[in-house]
Amino acid sequence: MSGPSTYNPKSGFEKWIDQRLPLPRLLHDTVHTFPTPRNLNIWYTFGGILAFCLVVQILTGVVLAMHYVANANLAFDSVESIMRDVNYGWLMRYIHSNGASMFFLAVYIHMFRGLYYGSYKNPRELIWILGVLIYLLMMATAFFGYVLPWGQMSFWGATVITNLFTAIPLIGKGIAVWLWGDFAVGDATLNRFFSLHYLLPFIIAGVVVLHIWALHVTGNNNPLGIDVKSPQDTVPFHPYYTVKDAFYLCLFVLFFAVFVFYAPNFFGNPDNYIKANPLVTPTDIVPEWYLLPYYAMLRSIPNKLIGVIVMAGAIVTLFLVPWLDTSRVRSCRFRPLMKQFFWAFVVCCVILGYCGSQSVDAAIAGIPLVWLARLASIYYYAFFWLILPIVGLIETPRKLPASIAQSVLGDSAAAAAE
Amino acid sequence: MRLQLALALPLGLVAGFLVSAPAFAIDTTRLPVKSVDFSFDGPFGTYDRAALQRGFQVYKEVCSTCHSLDHIAFHDLDEAGGPGFTEAQAKAIAASYKLPADPDDKGDIFDDKGVRLTRAGTLADSFPPPFPNEEAARANNGGKLPPDLSMIVKARDGGAAYVYSIATGFHETPPAGFKVPDGTYYNPYFEGWAIGMPNTALVANAVTYSDGTKATIEQEAHDVATFLAWASDTKMEQRKSMGLAVLVFLVVLSGLLFAAYRKVWKDAH
Amino acid sequence: MTATTHDAGTRRDFLYVASGAMGAVGAAAALWPFIDQMNPSAAALALASIEADISAIVPGQQVVVKWRGHPLFLRRRTPAEIAAANAVDVSSLPDPLAYNDGLPDSAPATDANRAIKADMLVLIGVCTHLGCTPTVSTPAAPQGDYGGWLCHCHGSQYDTAGRIRKGPAPRNLEVPPYSYLTNTRIKVG
Repeated sequence: MSGPSTYNPKSGFEKWIDQRLPLPRLLHDTVHTFPTPRNLNIWYTFGGILAFCLVVQILTGVVLAMHYVANANLAFDSVESIMRDVNYGWLMRYIHSNGASMFFLAVYIHMFRGLYYGSYKNPRELIWILGVLIYLLMMATAFFGYVLPWGQMSFWGATVITNLFTAIPLIGKGIAVWLWGDFAVGDATLNRFFSLHYLLPFIIAGVVVLHIWALHVTGNNNPLGIDVKSPQDTVPFHPYYTVKDAFYLCLFVLFFAVFVFYAPNFFGNPDNYIKANPLVTPTDIVPEWYLLPYYAMLRSIPNKLIGVIVMAGAIVTLFLVPWLDTSRVRSCRFRPLMKQFFWAFVVCCVILGYCGSQSVDAAIAGIPLVWLARLASIYYYAFFWLILPIVGLIETPRKLPASIAQSVLGDSAAAAAE
Repeated sequence: MRLQLALALPLGLVAGFLVSAPAFAIDTTRLPVKSVDFSFDGPFGTYDRAALQRGFQVYKEVCSTCHSLDHIAFHDLDEAGGPGFTEAQAKAIAASYKLPADPDDKGDIFDDKGVRLTRAGTLADSFPPPFPNEEAARANNGGKLPPDLSMIVKARDGGAAYVYSIATGFHETPPAGFKVPDGTYYNPYFEGWAIGMPNTALVANAVTYSDGTKATIEQEAHDVATFLAWASDTKMEQRKSMGLAVLVFLVVLSGLLFAAYRKVWKDAH
Repeated sequence: MTATTHDAGTRRDFLYVASGAMGAVGAAAALWPFIDQMNPSAAALALASIEADISAIVPGQQVVVKWRGHPLFLRRRTPAEIAAANAVDVSSLPDPLAYNDGLPDSAPATDANRAIKADMLVLIGVCTHLGCTPTVSTPAAPQGDYGGWLCHCHGSQYDTAGRIRKGPAPRNLEVPPYSYLTNTRIKVG
């Protein structure tokens, strides 16, 4: 919880800086002494992991931008030059491309954690909203970034997504031409996407600062979903969570390194190693895996405009979650009915992702995938607009523990039971 | 010959469209790639230098007639993790190619007979393409564009095994009822089963290997697939060896951090 | 819960120090690729060395080619120009050192130390003052008083061995590392 600072500068240097700019004090209060619930589990380490991912993407991205040429005739070859000629260029590129996938993997875990433990509920609504804003900016950044290598998927993915705007009545085509800077995706589009791809991560960094600031006003939620009641419920962030975050970050980097060094094209599409050709459309246009669920929703609706609305609505819905959930209890650990709908939601997202990865006329056991995508889309909307409000009202939650300290220190069996 | 090609092209396209239309009986989805081993498979795989050099010979003497290798420069031939030529050998290979010369003192790029002025290649140059532009490539190949090979292994699902399957798949017999459109050739490993590449291109003994290896089709295909895998991924060996060092380091660091974590938290419960 | 606190303290400190040190080593090792990627790439290095055919250059003529982004002067000297270069007392020169990348730094600026074969000068065409390209002096169009080069930017004058004689330039024109592959072909760099 935010309160008066207990900072006491230990060296003359610290005191000199602190008198002129309270940065040492800020670091002390937010990273050193910040009282954090003592029962945070592995799912709470992903915030720190995400900050690491953002730094990695910015560092490798700035380096790549030293060698990349944002011109339609030269872009593809400049990326190949990075891969072949620039010292460690292959490493920078593979870290950046796999880093994007790792970034989204971490953000999805982080978001599902928030849903499960009710971290979006009062008084943390704004943390959640800022988080969804970060997610939206991430998707835009990733979309612009994927266009830059100017492969077949870059070009055709850009064409399909920018063409979505033509669904808007009257002004849609004008908006699309305005985005393209031309009558179709081309050099003008590539240049502006490069500029925006460089800009957006720094906007994300700014929103992340607000996100963490808002978190520090209310303090962290915890797996029990109950408020901190006394100092026994918390431990100082350092050394308890610095060492825990460092350990889990190391495991995450290990996982990341396996892809960078041994399966660097696992998340990619071979068609993007073919130079963009406006006259040849690939047989299957597929976005990167982290955008597949939305792609599936879009394609499940035969009407172009309604498909766009359904897809956009899915993201807008996320902003409203704090008000859609009516439950007085935060954590799904104590919500036996909601818990099951939550896991069904996770499965639904995976199904949507799978549907998005297959071609439009694919079928499984004779059932066209488009019907599976429709069912999953319906469940997605139902989860937020029907299940969250209704289950919160009708469910009988389990008895909450008296306090975090009692749960963790007193009765360890209660902490173990999920 | 020209007339036949000119007729074959539209006929071939129409026939190809008819044959590959989903409503008809035969499913012409390409066969799964052949199961074949390569020395560079797996986390510890490396490129077989001799195979790379033989594959380079196949590319140079057979494939380069139609296929470019745009992203490989001559100086890549002597770099670590590659075919292992010496700098002198790479220079000699470069010099054997004629590249378009810069304008002479009068500003001409053609000589008196209208032939393009050329100069010998240097280590800094990339492999020159067999055709100056896409239109010339199509005109010389029945309207089909032979793809550039320097990225082919990364640009195709199935990678080196796909290239090997295509290269060895020309001599299969089409099933009854499948008509190969004119101007194309039967290859069941290619989507639609009809490929524009002639089945006379890669045959047994198309090259005579300088190290005496028997030049069967399988050998030539295996070697050229290895060479093209290197062309797509020249840094593979450096990547895998750095990966080993990084993973070992991270495992040890994780162990240390885990011990520190347990120690710090031991008193908290 | 509290084992001997002294032991627990040192054990925890050791782990902290060890993990922190290892993390720092990892971070430093990870930093190197970020630094090295700014060094010239393989494509730039491939152009680090060029070969030039000098057979068509006649006495009194200079050809300029590009080497590592700089102009390279290839000048065939006349016997008179060679004699003039040899006649100079090296110790009286503003820069008495050879500035030849193929020789030790202390080598004096004798004409023999400025060219492998006397009739051919190979010099980096960058004025050692502030980097302009000096203009070559020919009998038809003399530049400066020493028959070599005149830099029009600030008036530096070089002699027929490319040595600075007058003007603000502090050093002689630099001789790059080069060698004769054959009588008519040199490799520079």
